[in-house]
Amino acid sequence: MIYSEKVMDHFANPRNVGEIPDADGVGEVGNAKCGDIMKMYIKVDDGIITDVKFKTFGCGAAVATSSMATELIKGKPIEEAMKLTNSAVVEALDGLPTVKLHCSVLAEQAIHAALSDYYTRQGVDPKPILGEVAPPDTCEI
Amino acid sequence: MEKRFVYADNSATTRITEPVLEAMMPYLTEHYGNASSIYGIGMDSARAILKSRETVAKAIGAKTSEIYFTSGGSEADNWAIKCAADVGAKKGKRHIVTTVFEHHAVLHTCEYLEKHGFEVTYVPVDEMGLVHPEEIEKAIRDDTCLVTVMFANNEIGTIQPIAEIGAICRSKKVLFHTDAVQAVGNVEIDVAAMNIDLLSMSGHKIHAPKGIGALYMRTGVNLPNLIHGGAQERSKRAGTENVAGIVALAKAIELCTADIPAKQKKLSAMRDRLIAELTKIPESRLNGDPKKRLAGNINISFRGIEGESLLLSLDLEGICASSGSACTSGSLDPSHVLLAIGLPHSTAHGSLRLSLSDDTTEEDVDYIIEKVPKIVEKLRAMSPLWERILRDEDIDAE
Repeated sequence: MIYSEKVMDHFANPRNVGEIPDADGVGEVGNAKCGDIMKMYIKVDDGIITDVKFKTFGCGAAVATSSMATELIKGKPIEEAMKLTNSAVVEALDGLPTVKLHCSVLAEQAIHAALSDYYTRQGVDPKPILGEVAPPDTCEI
Repeated sequence: MEKRFVYADNSATTRITEPVLEAMMPYLTEHYGNASSIYGIGMDSARAILKSRETVAKAIGAKTSEIYFTSGGSEADNWAIKCAADVGAKKGKRHIVTTVFEHHAVLHTCEYLEKHGFEVTYVPVDEMGLVHPEEIEKAIRDDTCLVTVMFANNEIGTIQPIAEIGAICRSKKVLFHTDAVQAVGNVEIDVAAMNIDLLSMSGHKIHAPKGIGALYMRTGVNLPNLIHGGAQERSKRAGTENVAGIVALAKAIELCTADIPAKQKKLSAMRDRLIAELTKIPESRLNGDPKKRLAGNINISFRGIEGESLLLSLDLEGICASSGSACTSGSLDPSHVLLAIGLPHSTAHGSLRLSLSDDTTEEDVDYIIEKVPKIVEKLRAMSPLWERILRDEDIDAE
């Protein structure tokens, strides 16, 4: 298995690691049994994601996709962030091994979970906007 | 400490040492003759094979005629198991006894046979990673054609009571095979005294190259061929002999069995120091029996982190190791060995295997002891699972 240089760079020097104590939205996806959990914190100001942090338990690809996903949405309007797809994350990382593609899906889901939490806190039902963020019932490779 | 390169994955493969390379080199260059040919350089090859066979036999207490060279450990396992099954089936015996934590070369071969009408009993191991001989005895039936139990486990290094199991099989008149790929050169082996009928070994785990191994087959066992073709290996294993590989395997086994107690003493001291220091890390545990294990094997789980991240971080520091996490095995589940000894999935994901060799130095050990705790701490600081462990949540309830 080979990781691209970008994946290794984001693994070795992950961007935006940490927590936001007064976050406007927090989302967590994955589980311990499958071996990967991602937690995303977002700060929203005037419809713009002004800050984003993450914490990840998982493999190199899980860390790298989390890191890249935070970079791709930081400073962006919410509407743009919610359109972020896993393939955009993969592309930005110069590709991922096939067995690691599910990590990019998890990163997309983590952002959606954080946005969903943000809308809920605003008193807005997130479902019509974001759709259902379905937790996977089985581990994926 | 200055950055260094530390190879601590000798259970995966080993470096070819200089004497081994020197011994094999002439058979890659001037002595390239086919051992079946009648001219001088052909006979040179035939003589080298004969001498190598003697050396390999001597190292495990076998007769020269009982050693057959193969392409490696997996082929030897496949030969022993599939062909013992063939012999058994002819007598109406279609049952095999093995254990839950064998190498995949054994497990997947057994699963293949299950699809072809055989029944396999997978005997459990205890939480220390040891097989209980009485469990093997209980599993043997009138229609059992083979018992196959690994000599030493490749992940947690536990050394099994092979002599006891051998005695049981002999008294019950059931063939006994052991995958000794990890044990050869690290543990004293006497196939005659231990009542072993079939034993698999591999070259690249003992400083010979990849692509060479051997099957020991006790006189009288006489299994049919797995590989059919020419008359090589006394018509038991076809294919032009890998003369250089065979010579290398012999040199390697000669060197690594020359003084096993001294090697065990040296490596177990380093092993025990690594275990003592690395298990000081909070929420860590040693996997496998602390003493009944290979002298160079360390397997520790760190809760709250994932193995592949740990390996990549170690690699950035120059340390080569392995893990039993699902990510590193490319499967859905973490290591079947770690699950077999009762680890929850989350703990098995965070395992680290270090395997030492004669090349390992005290400085290497110091370096590992310095780096691992820092890496574990860094990964835990960014792990949402670690937060939950610190809050005493039951993370395995999901």
